[in-house]
Amino acid sequence: MREYFNNIWTAVITILIGMKVTFKHLFVPAVTIQYPDVKPQLPERERNRLYVNMDDCIGCDQCARACPVDCITIETVKGLPGEDLGKTSNGKKKALWVTKFDIDFAKCCYCQLCVFPCPTECIYMTDTYEFSEFERNNLLYDFVTLTPEERLEKKANYEKYEAEKATEKAAAKTQPTNKTAETKE
Amino acid sequence: MTYDFFFNLTGSYVWADIIQSLLPLFIFILPFALFAVWLERKVSAHMQDRLGPMRVGKHGWLQTVADIIKLIQKEDIVAENNDKPLFNLAPVLVFVGTYAAFAAIPFSSAYIGSNIDLGVFFIVAVSSFVVAGILMAGWSSNNKYSLLGAMRSAAQIISYEIPTVLVIITIVMITGTLNLGTLSEMQTGHFWNWMIFGGPTFGLTKILLIPFMILAFGIIYTSTLAEVNRTPFDIPEAESELVSGYHTEYSGMKFAMFFLAEYANMFAVSAIVAALFFGGYQSPVGYLGNLFNIPWLVPVEQLFWFTAKGLFFVFVQMWLRWTLPRLRVDQLMQVCWKYLIPLAFVNLIVVGLLTLL
Amino acid sequence: MALKTEQMVLNMGPQHPSTHGVLRLELELEGEIITKVTPHIGYLHRCFEKHTEAMTYPQVIPYTDRMDYLASMYNEFGYAVAVERLLGIQVPERVDFIRVIMGEFQRIASHLVAIGTYGLDIGAFTPFLYCFRDRERILSLFEMTCGARLLYNYIWVGGLSHDLHPDFVRSAKEFVTYFRPKIKELNDLLTNNKIFIDRTANIGILPKETAINYGISGPNLRASGFKWDLRKDDPYSIYNKFDFDIPVGQGSMGTVGDCWDRYYVRILEMEESLKIIEQALEILPEGDVTSAIPKRIKPPVGQVYSRVENPRGELGYFIISNGQVNPFRIKVRGPSFVHLGVMNELCKGHMVADIIAILGSIDIVLGEVDR
Repeated sequence: MREYFNNIWTAVITILIGMKVTFKHLFVPAVTIQYPDVKPQLPERERNRLYVNMDDCIGCDQCARACPVDCITIETVKGLPGEDLGKTSNGKKKALWVTKFDIDFAKCCYCQLCVFPCPTECIYMTDTYEFSEFERNNLLYDFVTLTPEERLEKKANYEKYEAEKATEKAAAKTQPTNKTAETKE
Repeated sequence: MTYDFFFNLTGSYVWADIIQSLLPLFIFILPFALFAVWLERKVSAHMQDRLGPMRVGKHGWLQTVADIIKLIQKEDIVAENNDKPLFNLAPVLVFVGTYAAFAAIPFSSAYIGSNIDLGVFFIVAVSSFVVAGILMAGWSSNNKYSLLGAMRSAAQIISYEIPTVLVIITIVMITGTLNLGTLSEMQTGHFWNWMIFGGPTFGLTKILLIPFMILAFGIIYTSTLAEVNRTPFDIPEAESELVSGYHTEYSGMKFAMFFLAEYANMFAVSAIVAALFFGGYQSPVGYLGNLFNIPWLVPVEQLFWFTAKGLFFVFVQMWLRWTLPRLRVDQLMQVCWKYLIPLAFVNLIVVGLLTLL
Repeated sequence: MALKTEQMVLNMGPQHPSTHGVLRLELELEGEIITKVTPHIGYLHRCFEKHTEAMTYPQVIPYTDRMDYLASMYNEFGYAVAVERLLGIQVPERVDFIRVIMGEFQRIASHLVAIGTYGLDIGAFTPFLYCFRDRERILSLFEMTCGARLLYNYIWVGGLSHDLHPDFVRSAKEFVTYFRPKIKELNDLLTNNKIFIDRTANIGILPKETAINYGISGPNLRASGFKWDLRKDDPYSIYNKFDFDIPVGQGSMGTVGDCWDRYYVRILEMEESLKIIEQALEILPEGDVTSAIPKRIKPPVGQVYSRVENPRGELGYFIISNGQVNPFRIKVRGPSFVHLGVMNELCKGHMVADIIAILGSIDIVLGEVDR
């Protein structure tokens, strides 16, 4: 019998205590924000969309190798000997034309592993987080600053140079053999 | 009063009847449901340190209108193995049961849909109609979760009718009438004439009755809460167990009908509690209309007080919902049969003895 | 003549609001009474263990984050400790301190989700949002430190990716003072509520012996009254430097090892974690957190089993190295997977509504069950 009334009593009291808690919260200002109108203050280390500063990129491929999901694809073409490719901001001389630097943000897992190995600190994470797309292909970002024609040109240039070098080499090769042949004779 | 007005206006009993009966639907239930859904969202949001709907209209007050428009546009899905006639009939039946209850609710001295002498009895009888609708919905959905929900709901509503009726009998014993209009008229004057404070007759009995009236109010409020399936008694639609119970399979307007019925029902039971214990449409302090001698103002004020009281109890229902966890189905029955019904009986006997004094 | 009755088979999940992910439970019901529960898993299987074999050691860390996504920090912690043992390197003291601070914050965050969603399962919506409100503050601390809110990639083999933010210590202390009253509020609102106690006390009782036989660990084992915490019993990192208690289930509302005990042990553990954080913040040493990170991780041939006390229980990593940059094999002993096995034992004879209460109280994360 005592337990019976005790049950009623605790039920009523604990319900009233709970109601007191929720009633107090009616007058507490909301902790949420009205998102698209009010944007949250993001910390400086925010890890969102990657950005590549191509002026500094030397095409070393270290970020692509660090990536656990292989979302970075880099292709490079060697510069010709006389060509000036410019310098990075920390004074390194560039030696490669970067003809392809794609990051697939549909694959990217925002782990920041690509950022640390970069010798010139040209790849980094920004605080842009609103970049959803209707087409998945639009998430494939191309960071290369060269125009498509220029890329082809660089490739062609290099191939031409390679071919020239090869013929030169072949020519050089044939000449010494001739010489040795001569000396033998 | 309003009936005579409509009769004079249209000159036909039929039209007057139709207008009289549709009046609460269009003037009251629909706007109330829209408002109550908005209120529920806002109350829950602010209790949880959120803001709730803010976009459609100022502080989102048009949000429910937008939702209704969305629900009207939605495809009405009927699964292949549903029992189609029952499936289509169920939401209508649930709504009809709720709507019929409004017929006997005294909104003000000038408007009672149907001022029948069996008012309270009629409401209790007609609101059990809802059970049939819910059972039909659960059965015809051909879904195990819906069926479980419907079974629970039937057991729950029928069980909780008993304490409700016992408390109503207690009130009827004191007042001697089942007519809600007369009941409200009896509690006129000031708030100390309300039934919760022992009724209009002065004397020792009145003071002795007060604790028992408060107990009776507690019982009827708890059991009506269960009858409208609100937390902590919302197990028929317990979303974490049964997805959403008997209306899992419904979409579009049929779902909206259930929703509308739920909110209309919330007001109906709050109105009954207000009419039985809190003076119905009577003002707690007196009328401005009487003070300034403007006779037409009095019914309007009465409507205001009635709505305010009803809304207050609806608010408490929401408050409870956003505070409490829900009971389990056997505990629900335990609360009813082991606690509410014995207490209601004891209360009935004690009040009966007191009225003999 | 007795009527012939049939058992109803009810399929709970994979799309069900309270299976905490995509778990499918096959229930056999006698009315509303459960006679058998069969969990079906694998809807979230992502081949974590096979995948790691193609990754270098640092590249595995983002994948460990995705196992128990509510306790990512601790998964990294466990992995880093395991690989460091394989490599035989000692990390600077500051790294250990920061790891412990982050780990304990993660424990609080994880328990907040466990408690909040448990309330939600029982039907109380408001405590859930209060818990998430407080968890957001912890996530903001993490975001301030490493830039991510859920999948951190913060604890690396031999060190950390970033040092603490200059504001971190102040914000963390602020959180500790802010959070203590919130636990009390949560107790008022939910823990001591009569309806909540009725729903959880004496439900899903897990006796000590059964718990040990099933390999249960973490808060679930402690709730059964067995004092076992790897932070004390098999200390790793620098946990032996701190003074904290191990709460165990008392059965104060029902029987030892019931759902309420499992729930309440988590609440007490949050307070203990606050204690550890406070102590660690007081004596946080200075130093460089990246100095011990190896340039190239190529462990010698060998194998290691290393375990840590994850918010959910014993999280073990078994790593075999064949001297390459990729691990030869990684096997994870996840607590949620083991805990799910005891479901049938716990649920027999209870009602459908109780299965939610039991599943919520053992607090599984499907990301880690399926891996």
